[in-house]
Amino acid sequence: MDHILSWITFLPLIGMIAILFVPKANTSLIKTIALAATGLPLVLATWLYFGLFDKMSADLQMVDRFTWIAGLNAEYYVGIDGLSIALVWLTALLLFIGVPASFGINKAQKSYYALLLLLEVGIFGVFVAQDYFLFYVFWEVMLLPMYFLIGIWGGPRREYAAIKFFLYTLAGSVLMLVALVALRLDMGALIDSGTAEVVSALSGTEDLGRNAYFSIPAMTALGGAGLLTGSTLPFGGDFLGMQFTTWVFWFLFIGFAIKVPVFPFHTWLPDAHVQAPTPISVILAGILLKLGGYGMIRACFPIVPQGFDDYSYALGVLGVISIVYGAYVALGQTDFKRMVAYSSVSHMGYVLLGMAALTEWGMSGAALQMFNHGTSAAVLFLVVGVIYDRAHHRDLNGFGGLAQVMPRYWALTTLGFFAALGLPGLAGFVSEAMTLVGAYQSPRPGFKLLVIISVLGIVITAAFLLWAMQRVFLGNLNPKYKDIKDINAREVLCQAPLLFLCIFLGILPHYLLDWMRPSVALLIQNLTVN
Amino acid sequence: MLGMLEFNPELDFKLLLAVPLIPFFGYLLQISLRGRLPHGDKILTGGMFVVMCITVYMAAKAISAAHAGVPFLHHSEEAGMTHGWLYDVASQPSFKNLVIGVFYDPLGAAMLAVVGIVSFCVHLFSMGYMHGDKRYPIFFANISLFTFAMLGLVLSDNILFLFVFWEIMGLMSYLLIGHFSHDPSQKFFHSWATWASKKAFLTTRVGDVCLFIGIFIFYNGFQEFYATSAAAHAALPEFHPMRFTHMWEMAKLVVEANDGIYPTWMTVGGMFTIGGTVGKSAQFPLHIWLPDAMAGPTPVSAMIHAATMVAAGVFLLGRMFPLLSPDVLAAVTVFGSVTALFAATIGLTCYDLKAVLAYSTISQLGFMVAAVGLGSVEAGMFHMTTHAFFKACLFLAAGSVIHGCHHIQDMRVMGGIRKKMPITFACMLVCTMAIAGLPWFSGFFSKDAILLAAWGNLIEGEYFGGPPLLALICLSLGALFTSFYMFRLIFMTFFGEYRGDMEHHMYSAQLAAEGYEGPPPHGHDDDHGHDDHDDHGHDAHHGVHESPLVMTAALVIVAIFAIPGAAGLLNGWFTETVTVENMYGENVGAWVLAGTPVMEGTKEVLVGGLPMAIADHNSHEGHDAHKLALIVSSIVAFGGLIGAWFLYIKRRDLPGKLTAQFPLVYTGVRRKYFIDEIVDFTVLKPTVGFARFLRKVDENVIDGTVLLVGRIHKALGSISAWIDSTFVDGAVNAVGLVSQNLGAALRLFQTGRIQPYAAFAVGGGILTAAWLILS
Amino acid sequence: MPLGAYIAVSAALFAIGIVTIITRRNVLYILMGTEMILNAANINFVAFNRFGSNGLDGRMFAIFTIILAAAEAAVALAIVLNFYYLFNSVKPSEADLLRE
Repeated sequence: MDHILSWITFLPLIGMIAILFVPKANTSLIKTIALAATGLPLVLATWLYFGLFDKMSADLQMVDRFTWIAGLNAEYYVGIDGLSIALVWLTALLLFIGVPASFGINKAQKSYYALLLLLEVGIFGVFVAQDYFLFYVFWEVMLLPMYFLIGIWGGPRREYAAIKFFLYTLAGSVLMLVALVALRLDMGALIDSGTAEVVSALSGTEDLGRNAYFSIPAMTALGGAGLLTGSTLPFGGDFLGMQFTTWVFWFLFIGFAIKVPVFPFHTWLPDAHVQAPTPISVILAGILLKLGGYGMIRACFPIVPQGFDDYSYALGVLGVISIVYGAYVALGQTDFKRMVAYSSVSHMGYVLLGMAALTEWGMSGAALQMFNHGTSAAVLFLVVGVIYDRAHHRDLNGFGGLAQVMPRYWALTTLGFFAALGLPGLAGFVSEAMTLVGAYQSPRPGFKLLVIISVLGIVITAAFLLWAMQRVFLGNLNPKYKDIKDINAREVLCQAPLLFLCIFLGILPHYLLDWMRPSVALLIQNLTVN
Repeated sequence: MLGMLEFNPELDFKLLLAVPLIPFFGYLLQISLRGRLPHGDKILTGGMFVVMCITVYMAAKAISAAHAGVPFLHHSEEAGMTHGWLYDVASQPSFKNLVIGVFYDPLGAAMLAVVGIVSFCVHLFSMGYMHGDKRYPIFFANISLFTFAMLGLVLSDNILFLFVFWEIMGLMSYLLIGHFSHDPSQKFFHSWATWASKKAFLTTRVGDVCLFIGIFIFYNGFQEFYATSAAAHAALPEFHPMRFTHMWEMAKLVVEANDGIYPTWMTVGGMFTIGGTVGKSAQFPLHIWLPDAMAGPTPVSAMIHAATMVAAGVFLLGRMFPLLSPDVLAAVTVFGSVTALFAATIGLTCYDLKAVLAYSTISQLGFMVAAVGLGSVEAGMFHMTTHAFFKACLFLAAGSVIHGCHHIQDMRVMGGIRKKMPITFACMLVCTMAIAGLPWFSGFFSKDAILLAAWGNLIEGEYFGGPPLLALICLSLGALFTSFYMFRLIFMTFFGEYRGDMEHHMYSAQLAAEGYEGPPPHGHDDDHGHDDHDDHGHDAHHGVHESPLVMTAALVIVAIFAIPGAAGLLNGWFTETVTVENMYGENVGAWVLAGTPVMEGTKEVLVGGLPMAIADHNSHEGHDAHKLALIVSSIVAFGGLIGAWFLYIKRRDLPGKLTAQFPLVYTGVRRKYFIDEIVDFTVLKPTVGFARFLRKVDENVIDGTVLLVGRIHKALGSISAWIDSTFVDGAVNAVGLVSQNLGAALRLFQTGRIQPYAAFAVGGGILTAAWLILS
Repeated sequence: MPLGAYIAVSAALFAIGIVTIITRRNVLYILMGTEMILNAANINFVAFNRFGSNGLDGRMFAIFTIILAAAEAAVALAIVLNFYYLFNSVKPSEADLLRE
């Protein structure tokens, strides 16, 4: 099938336009369209994953490419490889789950589903874009629906949370834009110069002879060859006493780190999560955070490997701080959803640590952790949503003994909690173990110490989850909730595929790792500075 | 017949794979159908019976192979049964992948049989004991998965999968210890089970992450070594860094390449690895979870104390033994010895039936761990095996007593029930003799071997002098105390007269002082479905009765292994099969034996089967050592027995006088040396406090910084707005102001009504006309 | 009769009409005022035709004005009716929407 990536990306847009033509009152039709517009990409993505994609190849596949804005030399350039395909599939799945999970929302449903579909377009776009300009456009497209989804359908302090989220992310985008402009200018000058070095660096890629100044693969090739150093720019690669690559690296890194979020850029996350409605929290934790990690390995580290090489210790330290600090702060929370939000900070720390170590297991573990956190964090937010819908509060100390009246809910929650705390046999363990083993093997000796510190996070994670379990589900039943209803079929169906993935990938992780392997190997090769 | 006992990879690995899968599918069946599966308990118990048969059959193969002198280290590679866990593609080199398979060796065979037998008995026992429980089907499902985890752990061929099952076991212990936390009618256990289960999981997890780090260190070290070593490439063309057999081989190669000395990273890795044992096998200071684990139902305690959790820690030591450097072994010895004595002293003062047994487990685990530390890994493993049987029996018997006494656990309100529960009494007595180490009972053989190892180490003294001496003293005293408190348990529970229905007895004052309010209400018997006896009720203390057949049958099965004849047979089999050469292969085994400070002849002594053979020993030191060990172990065993008899049968007033004499010591021991309080004060409270502090930091400092940046920009914005509106816009406004005022004046005419407009028009017309006329 | 007499009558009629329009508080009087102004113009047309030219121009304009006045009265009454529906009164002072 030609243009399958474009179909996947823009099917939700078609759905959104269709929804705009449906009368406001006809909510069942709106929901049907939303289901179809998220379901079809899921079908296509599944077909892509198991059918069309060649898992033995590290090349970009399913490429769609043509000139878009000739004046800027920006192209419409999409394609996937082993790093993005799993995340594309996860996006399709979580957005598809997000629709039935939103059936409880009664406010302005037409706009809600339209925005949800627009959000999906933006997310797909970021994962498939191979042109930096296109990437940036999709990155911003994603931001706006999220702002409204939190700001309109959120909790009591939704305006505050939405504006904080928006401004924080926008600040990161601006840094990214600055780096992007600088890269574009340098790329343009390099490619136009047509020196033998540039030609040899680009030979073997599709970008040879194409004036694609925004092409990420071209940037990776030139960056990997050590040519993308800003030497063609007026300041000659050395700006205010720091190298061009350093500037670009930190600008891009902070732009993505805000999204991950990495300590100390994480404080928008708990507010956004606590205020966002459940399905939006699920998407936020499940996918939007992954965009940061994905952005780093796609559009930051390989472009400026020198910067990555110089600062990998800093990244590792930030990762470990996120792990341990996030876990501790989660332990100190009394709000269920804030606790889960901080657990996300902790779990995403593994991603950074694994990437910074620059070993095959570390990198694969990081990529795997992104996927696994996508499923387990989504489950946790769905779990919180279930209890919030019934009790209308999230105070961990305000429950007690719910397992007696909600045994099915308790069983699913237990599975979700143990998946989140990295119990062996469930998916989180595979990625955590690979990340930590990989980090321990890092050629940089200091990582050994970092790993030993980071396992403290494992213990604390177990502590806060089990403590929450005890406070909410065990002990004496709070008489206020003696008639509370157990989890219903719709809620179970929303969680079931995610929990299934947690178990399945814990037992057979090669269903992800085999797909990632060639791309990870290539990435490590690109990142290794000689 | 012999053909039947030959190892046949094609078939036997399928059988071995079935061993963990039977309880696993039993779990799935039971959990997905919940209570709707008719006779779910019987189906699962039947499945466990099949598992037991397979494991015993497979163990027989190991014994027969050892008897024939055939090497018995089997990996399912022989049958082509492996699975690339991380990557399923052939192009990935083996050391980057994790190829898993089934591993079957003498130690695994012994452990597997133990788990199979004990687990079957526990299932059988639970059918009687747990009958009528609210979550009966869930209980069976969970205990099946618990068994699955342990069986999987034993059959794992690599350290990472051992860890996987190790943690699944942790989860199941969490769920099973917390079994009553879902049942508010169990008032006594309800909240206790809740925090005890959490405590168990978190405490063991501290040890688990140490093991986790240990795994990294060994994996990394071996892989780095392999990358540069030609010898390693020659020995292992295809290298699996986490597979046990390869790890043993590599340990040998690494140490040999390092002039026979363990490199520092192996010592560090070993120290972390034994952290796992300290946590799981409840060694000081991480032992605190085990006594509280008795908040779970008694069959669960039997599982945890005998076949699963705590055995796993010792089993790990057996698996990792060649990797442990002398320094690590010294640490292991110290941990084990201190724990053995320390826990035994606490056992002296407990009145709760199960608490005595819990501390005795900790103490016995100390024996096993110390044995491994002393280099006699076979003795440690053997003690684990014998202990598994008699401890399972003791716990099940305790359960039977508790069941018979209507859920009373305090020994002070028992007494004299030997006539009412004869089978339980007989089983418990046999196993008490075994744990006390009375000659020819099973514990005697294993404990004797451990003391011998300590004594041998002390004489040889090549590696260290301190730890063996400490071990000898601690273990001997520990054995003495063990014998004492176990017979104290027997005498208080089964002898004398029944105190349960007495208003005043020798302990009533003490009980009242402690606020004892009679037996804990027994939830699952309230609406009991027992049809074999119907004399239950809160006040029916008279009705102490023998337990139903399923329970006593289970007791008898495990008790058999403790009685003299069977114990001797077990001893013979075990010592012939589980030797260092058999466990680690000829190559590594010989190296281990040469390197560890085990006395020559120790093995031979154990091989003899019966203690009479011990006297026939040629080596002078061996002779001395053995005689001494025999004397010491006999003295302590009988000493404890006589002491307990004297204090609890003959002069029953003495214990009270003694405690009054040394109140400080007594209180300290009775309160378990305040370890729980210390941990609470030094670890838990600071951790939670630190977490709350960090939360404040996060909210105020980090988020505060973000908000401050926001506020600064907002303030800058306000200033800009003021400048803009005052000066920049001022000029524009000045222009605007003029037209505005003009407009305001004109506005007055703008009434919007038609008549004034007409008047203006007319007036204007008149004025115009006048102007035209007049000008 | 001299021309001046016709013009005086016409001027008086016109003045009365203007004053009626400006001062009366009822829309109907305003309508009547406009009729008077139109008739004042008619008188002028006829008078100037009689004394000035020799065609029928003035008389034709007068007839045209009368027809126009009839049409105007119809439209004006319709406006008044709508005005009444809108403001529930016939006072012109109520209608100040133009001011907004």
